[in-house]
Amino acid sequence: MAIETTGVQAIEEIEPFEAAEEIDGGGVVLIDTREPHEYQEAHLEGGKLVPPGLLGDEIATAAPDKSARTILYCRSGNRSALAAAQMQQLGYENVASMSGGILQWQEQGLPVVAAHGMTPEQRDRYSRHTLLPEVGVDGQVKLLNAKVLLLGAGGLGAPTALYLAAAGVGTIGLVDDDVVDASNLQRQVIHNTERIGMPKTTSARIFIEALNPDVEVVEHNDRLDASNILETLEDYDIVVDGADNFPTRYLLNDASVRLRKPVVSASILGFDGQISTFVPFEGPCYRCLYPTPPPAELAPSCSANGVLGVMAGTMGTLQANEVIKLILGAGEPLVGRLLLYEALGTRFTELKVRRDPDCPICGENAEEVPESEMGKFPDYDAFCAGAGGDR
Amino acid sequence: MATVRIPPVLRPKTGGQAEVEAAGADVGEVLRSLTGEFPDTEGQLFGDGGELNRYVNVYLNDEDVRVLDGLETTVKDGDTVVILPAMAGGAG
Repeated sequence: MAIETTGVQAIEEIEPFEAAEEIDGGGVVLIDTREPHEYQEAHLEGGKLVPPGLLGDEIATAAPDKSARTILYCRSGNRSALAAAQMQQLGYENVASMSGGILQWQEQGLPVVAAHGMTPEQRDRYSRHTLLPEVGVDGQVKLLNAKVLLLGAGGLGAPTALYLAAAGVGTIGLVDDDVVDASNLQRQVIHNTERIGMPKTTSARIFIEALNPDVEVVEHNDRLDASNILETLEDYDIVVDGADNFPTRYLLNDASVRLRKPVVSASILGFDGQISTFVPFEGPCYRCLYPTPPPAELAPSCSANGVLGVMAGTMGTLQANEVIKLILGAGEPLVGRLLLYEALGTRFTELKVRRDPDCPICGENAEEVPESEMGKFPDYDAFCAGAGGDR
Repeated sequence: MATVRIPPVLRPKTGGQAEVEAAGADVGEVLRSLTGEFPDTEGQLFGDGGELNRYVNVYLNDEDVRVLDGLETTVKDGDTVVILPAMAGGAG
């Protein structure tokens, strides 16, 4: 049926069930012509938000092809009819407005993407996330249900924890057996002067709980070793490696490959940082990249060498971004890629990392190592004595 | 000439330089030019038998030379050779 709206040109109106059939058939651009808060409550799957007041600015991005079949909807059908007329004047050739809007669509039992599983407070808190097509309500619910373990509540762990907590990652585990020291505060922004002397896991928990009550913080005020790593990792979906020593990094690698847990791994020193994402058997593992650790003189620690405080923030927030992408299943994580950041020159370099077919942990012929051997090398004692780190 | 990117831990041996220009037809020759100019880097890059130390990764542009032809990998003018040892710092 066609109705007159502006007197200039008739626009096509279709019933919700007709729209549903067309959408199912594919090739339809679906535009939601309501306001952001309405969109967040519930919208049609695949619907792109273009609020009426922004149509002139945003429609070309949301619907670049003026000849493509385009269906508009709003709450009850009025705003979408006006928008359809506006689009026709802009040269869109095949536009229809859905009569009765999303109200009638829902009355007919057709499905919507709704903010189920989120409270009104959460819908408000995470509204800037749910507006993003890559996150949406579904993605935010995934974040709220995710469990992430941070190895180290120090330089890298502090910014990672802050942004994961702000993002609404529902469970954040923190492994650290250290206490807050004044010399940490130049970079470990989750702690503060008042909490010097407090266990880092507790100090971080206080900050996170004040930032976001949705997050449950689990303190592991301990060091991971071969006796406790498997049971610690088991409860989590993703591990973030910000460890300050090689033995822990290799131990984590071996255990995470065994349990098939993805690890987002970064390290910093001076003005330099490295980051990669290790997804067991999809890409290389830490041992594929670094088959053996360097000797002590090539592996100074930050406490011996120094580190620019902001490096922790840069690399830690890159880690948080990787974690969020893994949870959402969005974008391209740094799997098989090592990103180097050199802060003095402000230079990023990307290197390819490949699975090593001979890797003793994830290679084709790798045998499962006994728990007592995880993280170890044939000459483990000599290596530990020589390798850098803060142990 | 190739550009060799020096990791932070080796920069004390290259007078603080983060990038060094070095000549050579393959990766081995380029690294030998580097160790010739900065002898202190020798022991950290190469083992006693002249082989590349296992804990040092070397990339030609963005590719690990281990999956190319190792030290015999051909280097063209303007290529970048990246020397990369593992780093463990989490700034604990």
